[in-house]
Amino acid sequence: MLDALAAWLTFDLIGLSRGTHLGEAVWFFLYDVPKVLLLLVAVVFLMGVAHSYISPERTRAWLANKPLGLGNVMAAGLGIVTPFCSCSAVPLFIGFLSAGVPLGVTFSFLISAPMVNEVALALLFGLFGWKVAALYLVLGLSVAIVAGLVIGRLGMEHHLEDWVRNIQMGAAPDLGDEKPGWRARLGRGVSHVREIVGRVWPWLIAGIGIGAGIHGYVPQDLMAGIMGKERWWAVPAAVLLGVPMYSNAAGILPVIQALLGKGAALGTALAFMMSVIALSLPEMVILRKVLKPALIAVFAGVVAAGIMLVGFVFNAVL
Amino acid sequence: MKNVKVLGSGCANCETTAKLIADIADAKGIRIELEKVTDMAAILGYGVMTTPGVVIDGKVVHAGGVPDSAKVAGWLAPAAGGGGCCGGCC
Repeated sequence: MLDALAAWLTFDLIGLSRGTHLGEAVWFFLYDVPKVLLLLVAVVFLMGVAHSYISPERTRAWLANKPLGLGNVMAAGLGIVTPFCSCSAVPLFIGFLSAGVPLGVTFSFLISAPMVNEVALALLFGLFGWKVAALYLVLGLSVAIVAGLVIGRLGMEHHLEDWVRNIQMGAAPDLGDEKPGWRARLGRGVSHVREIVGRVWPWLIAGIGIGAGIHGYVPQDLMAGIMGKERWWAVPAAVLLGVPMYSNAAGILPVIQALLGKGAALGTALAFMMSVIALSLPEMVILRKVLKPALIAVFAGVVAAGIMLVGFVFNAVL
Repeated sequence: MKNVKVLGSGCANCETTAKLIADIADAKGIRIELEKVTDMAAILGYGVMTTPGVVIDGKVVHAGGVPDSAKVAGWLAPAAGGGGCCGGCC
């Protein structure tokens, strides 16, 4: 239906003709913006409602003293639905450890929470379809689980900064959280939409705008040479390129979608996106306050390896 | 005078929270002593894992995210007579 509406707006109302560069670009833009925005609002709203059931304190209590393995699986899963902001990464990290959550399990949570987030999932769903979104979900969780397991197995507890191990964590405050009613839960959904969609929509529209330009103007198969499947080094290069970038999925995904149409490989594109979100330089700087360099290096290395594996698997399968 | 501490590492949400509290106190003509706590060990000492957190007169009343204005106004309001707020009535 949105398809027909966009076509009517572009070709009948504005009067552009099909097959021209401008016509294709405008049609693409008018079709994608409402579709993706609607999906984003719906998914973010549901996630806001979910947040009213799960707090970081509750997640911590669930994960305390869980063994490696089960703990990692639970941590990665809870990472999706627990409210998380990367500016709280350090206190959360210490809070988890001091309550008896194993180091490897804590890492599974810290990797999964930013990487497998609702904005990325909603956009993948809107732009690429549910299969790609589901694959991203499963593979993102796998990277978080396996990376956490590896870090846990390596027994690197002594690579935490000294002040972290000596810290005196206060008892969790009693905030008097009585059970919210459904009205309060729906309110959480609305305010989550305001916060998240309010922040990402300019990026999203800019991203779709650039994507529309690529869709209309860039010649077919231009990207095949640079980001195509035959280039084995494309995946590691995409991961490296993603590290210094600290952007949100909203601006990047629409551009990636347009590049795919021009011959870029999906695995390479997804590896790039995971790297941008999960391996960001600013986050490393924040984590450096609590982790000694060796543990940072292991963290970055393990996650990068996992993401590359995802890229190669995607390229091979699809 | 109430002592209000905003716990946070200096992220945007923490600044927003501090400003929100200051603005509401101003608007209501309530004098408060507003402090920003950025030291991680001190923040964790309050048992707060998610910033920004808000501490009023030594008691943690909020953690994680910018609080809404109604909540802030509630914290700043003078305590109701006789401490009648414990029965879940309000």
